[in-house]
Amino acid sequence: MATSPNVRSPLPALVWAAAATLYGVLFLGAESQRALGTLLAIAAAAVVLGARFGLVDRIRASIGGNERTFDIAAVAGVLAVAFWFHEEHFIILMMTTALLLMVVALGLTIQFGYAGVVNFAGAAFLGIGCYTAGVVTKYTSLPSFLSLPLGGLMAAIIGSILILPVLRTRGHYAALVTIAFGILFKVFLEVNDTLGGPQGIQVKPIVLFGWNFNSPIRIGDFTASFYFSYLLLALILLVLSFALVRRLERSWIGLSLDAIRLDEIASACYGLNLARWKVLAFTLGNFLAGTAGAAYGHVLGFIAPNNFTFGDSLILVSIILLGGLGNLWGVAVAAAFVVILPEKFQVIQEYRLVLYAVLVILILLFRPQGLLPRQLRDYVPGAKPQSTHSPAEERV
Amino acid sequence: MEIALQYLINGLMLGVMYGLVAVGFTLFFGVLDVIKFSHGDVLTVGVFTGFATYLALKAAQVSSPLVQLIVLSIVAMAAMAALGALIARYLVLPLSGAPALNTLLITLMLGTVLREGVRLGFPDGSNPKPFPALLPTTAYTFGHFTLRLDSLMLLAAGLAMIVAVHLLINKTKLGLAIRAVAQDGETARTMGINFTAVVLITFAIGSGVAAFAGVMNGLYYNEINFSMGLLLGVFGFSAAVVGGLGNIYGAILGGFLFAGLQTIGAVALPFASAYKDVFALAVIIAIMAWRPTGLIAEKSSERV
Repeated sequence: MATSPNVRSPLPALVWAAAATLYGVLFLGAESQRALGTLLAIAAAAVVLGARFGLVDRIRASIGGNERTFDIAAVAGVLAVAFWFHEEHFIILMMTTALLLMVVALGLTIQFGYAGVVNFAGAAFLGIGCYTAGVVTKYTSLPSFLSLPLGGLMAAIIGSILILPVLRTRGHYAALVTIAFGILFKVFLEVNDTLGGPQGIQVKPIVLFGWNFNSPIRIGDFTASFYFSYLLLALILLVLSFALVRRLERSWIGLSLDAIRLDEIASACYGLNLARWKVLAFTLGNFLAGTAGAAYGHVLGFIAPNNFTFGDSLILVSIILLGGLGNLWGVAVAAAFVVILPEKFQVIQEYRLVLYAVLVILILLFRPQGLLPRQLRDYVPGAKPQSTHSPAEERV
Repeated sequence: MEIALQYLINGLMLGVMYGLVAVGFTLFFGVLDVIKFSHGDVLTVGVFTGFATYLALKAAQVSSPLVQLIVLSIVAMAAMAALGALIARYLVLPLSGAPALNTLLITLMLGTVLREGVRLGFPDGSNPKPFPALLPTTAYTFGHFTLRLDSLMLLAAGLAMIVAVHLLINKTKLGLAIRAVAQDGETARTMGINFTAVVLITFAIGSGVAAFAGVMNGLYYNEINFSMGLLLGVFGFSAAVVGGLGNIYGAILGGFLFAGLQTIGAVALPFASAYKDVFALAVIIAIMAWRPTGLIAEKSSERV
């Protein structure tokens, strides 16, 4: 790291984006388990070799120096993969799920990664969004696309019940509060008849300006899956929340959140209002989870309490830990990995919770900063400071 | 009146179980200042170990319920004591220098591994299993009130266990060492106490007691499932927090208090039993908001 390359050519970033896109097409398209296994092995080898020969650092530096280019390349990559598989319902559904879970994971990143507020009820806030979508389309005559902001709002409002206990407690106690809430939410859904009880509730599709999201897109000869509209919606949501979270991280709000996470007492001494920033981080994170949840509810079409168990909350936490706490691109990669892997390897499906739990335990034991640790704060992206710190020494 | 008595017995039983689980939390917190979130799932593994032992004994033609019960309890407790010590040795102690969040996460994830391990590893583990009624089920009827002998025996056994833990902590040399480590690990070390050994033994005791509580739960409800430990763990931890972490009597008191609240909630609320868990969990959240470090507050000030 000490000799970080001064080259700010966008080439490595673009090559990486292209390679990731190609890999996505190959992996999602692969049918046989053997082909998938080979692809996974190739990816693992590439990561190990890339780290060994400094490629990872060069790509990282290149991304850091050409953020806008890389952002556009990443979106273009997702669109390219989506268009490649535009008629494959299942693959489009998988991609949509991954994109929406990325939004939820971004919300959790604000909470865990920046403010250091624990939230083990991620699936519950996702579920609040889903159920809001269900209630809006079933019991009200509101336009269905309003369920997105309403889902986020509901999650934020219901989350605010927890603000007092979460603010007044720390560490283990705050964890207990959110765990209790996560379990409470699922039990409540199971016994509440208005919300469908254990059988769940149907969510009608989004209709926007007369366009039903569940109908397949037909433009000339081009026909896309009926999930395609949702994929585009999810991508838009992700781009918006990614921009929001990154701006937040770069702003003085992000700086305050980092300070609070690292040392509450010191930041209070310097005049930071702990309560204000923690409430902001907690509420904003829940809002993102709820918004993504509402969209997810429309995508699924039918939701039940079993979609929002404590285990699902832990999977969400695994995503942000595997990606490296606070690293946005790492979170995106981890979300895609966590969603798509068990769908492609049906063998793992049953064992996915165990698999991720074991992975997280191993990471915590041997590489506590995550697979792709968050970098030092880069105040002027593009201009390289003479910093020789390694990220493990100081992570702000 | 009869119903009230029924609820009283039920509440006492819950109180003993919560108290026993809470004792584990409070012991671990005492010696290492950590919360082991996998405690509830250790309990589940304990019950299932006991159940497997029962099945093995039945297959081996041992049909005396008394022998079955004793062997089952001993195997479950011993196995969980070993598991608890292993967890402490390989997952909790190595992280003692790391941020508290890491210990929290690692034990949560371990709990998931144990829970899912039971679900996937036990034949047909996703569905509830009937736990055998090994205690005499003679029922005494007083008017409309029936008192079952097995409930009384379970209650007595639970109370005996609490007394045993109390004696162990307060009257033995080992208990003295545990209390010394809980008070100040560094000083205890300089006094020649084997810190690691005491920590491991403490985790073994806590986990064994949890297995006992699990077997009690199985015998009382005659049904076990892979996720029973999750809820019991949350309730047990809440009981420990309510009583003030690190305080054994507080934990037991918290257990009874919590069971009392839950029972009263089930009786007093109009929509009653369906929402009883929702009510109990809401009470936890409310108590945490009101008294963040428990009713018997943790006496501590923070040094900067």
